[in-house]
Amino acid sequence: MAANQEEVKLLGSVNSPFVCRVQIALKLKGIEYKFVEENLAIKSDELLKYNPVYKKVPVLVHNDKPISESLVILEYIDETWKQNPILPSDPYQRTLARFWSKFIDDKIVAASVKVIHTVNDVKERAKNVEESIEALRILENELKDKFFGGEEIGFVDIAAVFIAFWIPLIQDITGLQFFTAEKFPKLHKWSQEFLNHPIVKENIPPRDTLFAYFKAHYDSLIASK
Amino acid sequence: MADEVILLDFWPSPFGMRIRIALAEKGIKYEYKDEDLKNKSPLLLQMNPVHKQIPVLVHNGKPIAESLIAVQYIDEVWNDKSPLLPSDSYGRAHARFWADYVDKKIHEVGLKLWRTNKGEEQEAGKKEFIEVLKLLEQELGDKPYFGGDKLGYVDIAFIPFYTWFKAYETFGNLNIEKECPKILSWAKRCIKIESVSKSLPDQDKVYDFIVEMRKNLGIE
Repeated sequence: MAANQEEVKLLGSVNSPFVCRVQIALKLKGIEYKFVEENLAIKSDELLKYNPVYKKVPVLVHNDKPISESLVILEYIDETWKQNPILPSDPYQRTLARFWSKFIDDKIVAASVKVIHTVNDVKERAKNVEESIEALRILENELKDKFFGGEEIGFVDIAAVFIAFWIPLIQDITGLQFFTAEKFPKLHKWSQEFLNHPIVKENIPPRDTLFAYFKAHYDSLIASK
Repeated sequence: MADEVILLDFWPSPFGMRIRIALAEKGIKYEYKDEDLKNKSPLLLQMNPVHKQIPVLVHNGKPIAESLIAVQYIDEVWNDKSPLLPSDSYGRAHARFWADYVDKKIHEVGLKLWRTNKGEEQEAGKKEFIEVLKLLEQELGDKPYFGGDKLGYVDIAFIPFYTWFKAYETFGNLNIEKECPKILSWAKRCIKIESVSKSLPDQDKVYDFIVEMRKNLGIE
């Protein structure tokens, strides 16, 4: 497919783990694209036009056609640009990849994000920490190879960037250690391998700015009590 | 070698219904097993140890959980007839987006209508539910089906909830036909299709089941 005939744009935010997933996939495939940093407090006309349903990032715009929801975008990227596949070719293996990515979103991401938002509710917070630990435990047991994708990173690894990079950040901000190397040796080893992958390394946001951004958000939640 | 296909399901589950429709569309013979959710079978616990929930599709001993993932699996494996997803990648992304929207919105918001008797929660739920249906109505547009000329992935994702409409309307105090007539006409068009009609239980039966559930949950 002639790259010079295509226009690929990614509406995103450098702080978002969901946007990060898409960036990793695009870079893995060597796709050239334009990144548009969205100010989520003042949503641009473009964002509202391309994602009227959720008004959120990431949105991939390919030749003026928008795709939203990070896992939907990942599948689109894999089907459109065939080099360096991120999903397996076998239908059953693809099913497993989709299952575990959904599990990460529904169980791990959801509960860990709530750990931040329940700062003012001790009981709710404890419940979300417990849920995060339980879900991480299930994922820890599932990891059999170097990566979820086998010898190479794949769909689930990319989806799990939240665990590798954002969960340690949540721990530092809240002071709650629930994703420890003692409890999760395999996931910790996986995290290190994943974050050291040449493409991933280049595409995760600078930790300091991310920390400052989320800490400010966290402090404002505490202050609003 | 003949395929062995088993569906672990629970008759009023809209998620189970999705898989039933997909299997019927493809003409796949399978064994249907209705689970007692208060007494889950060893097979269910073995096949879905993570969530311990129905539906689970079991193909030659390999389990597939999560209804939309199972429908995609069916489409990819039995790819010789009745495609459920479009063939172009943008069409597929579009279908996945809307099926995911149905997943996120219909069941969750619907809970606010029947799973409570708190007036305030129900009122808020009613407003949100109508907004969701109107957005889906907009997406449908003038097409006979979300899939275009034929039943597709989004239709399969959404039509099972039609069996819950009587419950949503009664407990949520709303009239879906009045608010979203196109959704009703779409639903009636879908249930004329054999693979759909033979996969969906009667609305009244589902309603009675929900009445029972509310009693068991202690909601008046």
